[in-house]
Amino acid sequence: MEELIRKSYPVAQADYVSAGHASADIKRTLKQLGVGGDVLRRVAVASYEVELNLVIHSLGGELTLRVLPDQVELISADCGPGIPDISMAMREGFSTANDEARSLGFGAGMGLPNMKRNADTFDIQSTVGVGTTITMGFALPS
Amino acid sequence: MTIQDMIRILNARVLLGEDKLDTPVYTACCSDLMSDVLAFVDEKTVLITGLTNPHVVRTSEMLDLKCLVFVRGKVPTQDILDSADEQGLVVITTKLTAFSACGMLYQEGLRGVPVPVEWGAEDK
Repeated sequence: MEELIRKSYPVAQADYVSAGHASADIKRTLKQLGVGGDVLRRVAVASYEVELNLVIHSLGGELTLRVLPDQVELISADCGPGIPDISMAMREGFSTANDEARSLGFGAGMGLPNMKRNADTFDIQSTVGVGTTITMGFALPS
Repeated sequence: MTIQDMIRILNARVLLGEDKLDTPVYTACCSDLMSDVLAFVDEKTVLITGLTNPHVVRTSEMLDLKCLVFVRGKVPTQDILDSADEQGLVVITTKLTAFSACGMLYQEGLRGVPVPVEWGAEDK
């Protein structure tokens, strides 16, 4: 299907100062395209959570926004370290975040469940030592 | 309830948004955990928090929140206030603790964000 917009944002490990800038730009971009209301809020929440996850947990990665005629897609791909037990990571309250993340109000073990709750489709693939890819889809009203 | 009513109840000081104090407030959420805020809150909610880092404002931006209340007299740094100002947020601060602030607002009729409170089968 024809891709209307594709934007990629590099996200650095432990860059707490910039964390959220990609999500703010994603939100602005979608708003300019006329995406609003519930879909915009769900994309914004999920993208902020996934961006923070890249900062807190990954060795660095990239967040990509794709806009298709019928849906918005967010793809987060990192270069490790990978998640040993995905079902554990998906549980509310389970977290391996460090004290720095917790002191900023994150690392409560809500990130992945929040993404899943907000996205219409959610897929997570992870290989320890290789990396994690999360793909989320948000249906656009026709 | 409006933001102006909250200011009276909490004896709060306005840091930003003096011209928007007649904005209605429908529900409130009190948390220092931004992930919990991201999970449950919508744009009609006022956020009461003791956390004053930039992520409070970024979380508010993602959710289109209208008002932030800082407790125990906390005032964020100017750069954080500047970014809240860009978003048009009303920011107020009260000397009360989070517990007391919530209690006084609840007493005056403000309620929390609706979340399921019954235990479900998945909790067993």
